[in-house]
Amino acid sequence: MPKSELDLGWKDIDPGCAVNEPGNAAQYRTGDWRSIRPVWDHTRCIKCGVCYIFCPDAAILKNAEGYFEADLYYCKGCGICAQECVTGCIKMVEEAE
Amino acid sequence: MMGQRVGVENSIAAAEAIRMANVDVVAAYPITPQTHIVEHLAELVADGKLDAEFIPVESEHSAMSVCCGSSAAGARTFTCTSSQGLALMNEIVFIAASLRLPIVMILANRSLSGPLSIWNDHTDVMSVRDCGWIQVFADNGQELFDHVFFAYRVAEDPAVSLPVIINIDGFIVTHVIEAIEYWSEEQVKKYLPDFKPVNVLNPDKPITMGAFALPGIFTEAKKNQDEAILASRPHIMKAWGEMEKVVGRKYEPVETYKLEGADTAFLTMGSFSETASIAIDRLREQGKPVGQIKLRLWRPFPFDEIRAATKGIKNLIVIDRAISYGGPGGPVASEIRAALYQEKNMPAIANFLCGFAGRDVTADDFIAMYGKTEELVKGRAPIREEDYVFYGVRE
Repeated sequence: MPKSELDLGWKDIDPGCAVNEPGNAAQYRTGDWRSIRPVWDHTRCIKCGVCYIFCPDAAILKNAEGYFEADLYYCKGCGICAQECVTGCIKMVEEAE
Repeated sequence: MMGQRVGVENSIAAAEAIRMANVDVVAAYPITPQTHIVEHLAELVADGKLDAEFIPVESEHSAMSVCCGSSAAGARTFTCTSSQGLALMNEIVFIAASLRLPIVMILANRSLSGPLSIWNDHTDVMSVRDCGWIQVFADNGQELFDHVFFAYRVAEDPAVSLPVIINIDGFIVTHVIEAIEYWSEEQVKKYLPDFKPVNVLNPDKPITMGAFALPGIFTEAKKNQDEAILASRPHIMKAWGEMEKVVGRKYEPVETYKLEGADTAFLTMGSFSETASIAIDRLREQGKPVGQIKLRLWRPFPFDEIRAATKGIKNLIVIDRAISYGGPGGPVASEIRAALYQEKNMPAIANFLCGFAGRDVTADDFIAMYGKTEELVKGRAPIREEDYVFYGVRE
C-alpha cells in the first residue's frame, strides 16, 4: 500500500506533483466515496452482464457461480448498474443501513 | 570570440536568440505587438535555419497547452504573446508553473482590454502576477536578447525547473531598431547546457503529470511550489553571474543609478527605466539629490535588495503602468509598500500611474513628477499609504 496523502509533508511531494509510480491509481480506495451500494437479487438476475459492461469504473466482476457483484474497494455507488439492469434486479442500498 | 554587433529590430533579434538557443518547439498565435517575433521564428523554421516544430495553433489557450505537452515530453519550448493572448492562455499559464515545466515566454507587454488598445503598459503581466512563473523585465533590445539565454538556463536548471516570462514593453522596445551585440555560437554553448528535464513523459518510464489533488494534499502542493520559486533565487543569481563572465554584461534583481547621496529615488520597471535615467541626469545637474532603483526581477520578489536599495531614501517615487481598481494603487507600489512596511525608516511613497496604452512619458514628465512629489511630501510626510496619482490625466 502507498502512503496515505495525509502522511505526506510538503517536502515529500515530487517536483510538479508528478506521480512517479505507474499504475498506483489501482491502490486508491474510491469505494470510500460511496454512500449507496448495489445489491443483486439473484432470483431475478439473468447473468446478462449489462451491469458489468456499463460500470464506468470496471468495479463489477463475475463470481464463480456466474453472478455479477461489485468490488466494494472501488465501487463509488454511482448507481449506473441499477439504472441499466435489464430485469431491475439491482437495488441501491444506503450504506448506513 | 566576441559577439557581433548588428543593427536590427529588437523583435527580430529576440527571434534570432530563440534560434541560437536551439528550441525544439514553438507554439504561438500572432498578436500585436508580439507579431514580429513569431513571424520571424516561422520564417526561420520554414527556411530550415531552425530545426524546430512550429505549431500554428488556433488560439493562445492551445498555444500554452501545446507548450505544456512539448515541454513535458522533454522539448525545449518557446511561446510568445501579449495582452488578450495572455488572458486567453491564462488557465494553462498557472498549470505550466504547477507542473514545473521550464517553458520560456516573451511577453510583449500591452494593455489589457477594455477599451481595446494595442499599445503598451503592464496591465497584461499584472493579471498573471501570481501565476508562479519566474518573471523578469528587460529594458531594451540587448537585455531582451541576453535574457532569452538567461531564461532557458534558469528555467531548465534541474534545481529550478520553472517557467520564465521575459517582459518587454510592446512597440516601445519590440519595434525599435537597436545595435544588438549578438552572442557567438561558442558563447551560447558555454552558457546554456542541453535540456535535461526533471520529469519527462516517456513510455519506457511512465509517470503521471497533472494529477488531481484532494484537500488533504493541496496545501502541501502549494507550499512545495512556493518553496520551489523561492529556492530559485541562488540559481537566478548564478545565471546572471555566469552571463557577466561570458558576455561582460552585469544584471541584478534590483539595479540602481546615481543613488549615492540621493534622498529621493524613482523606482521603475521596464523601458521607463532608461527615460527616468535621463531625467535623473538633468535633475542631478540642477543639484537635486535624486537617484533611481530599477526592479528587474519581479518574481521571486527581491525583498532584501529592495530594502537595501531604499535605505536612506526619504521619498520614493514608484511608477506603475497598471492599476488595481479600487485597490491600493499600482501593483508595484503596493508590493514595495509591503516590502518596506516593517522597515525602521520607511520612505514616503508617491505612486504615479502613467504610460497607459503607450502614452508617452518623457524625461520632462519624470522631472514634473519629481516636482509634484516634493510638493506632496512638504509638511505631510510620510505620504498617506493609499495615495496614488494618475499622472497627466485630463480633468
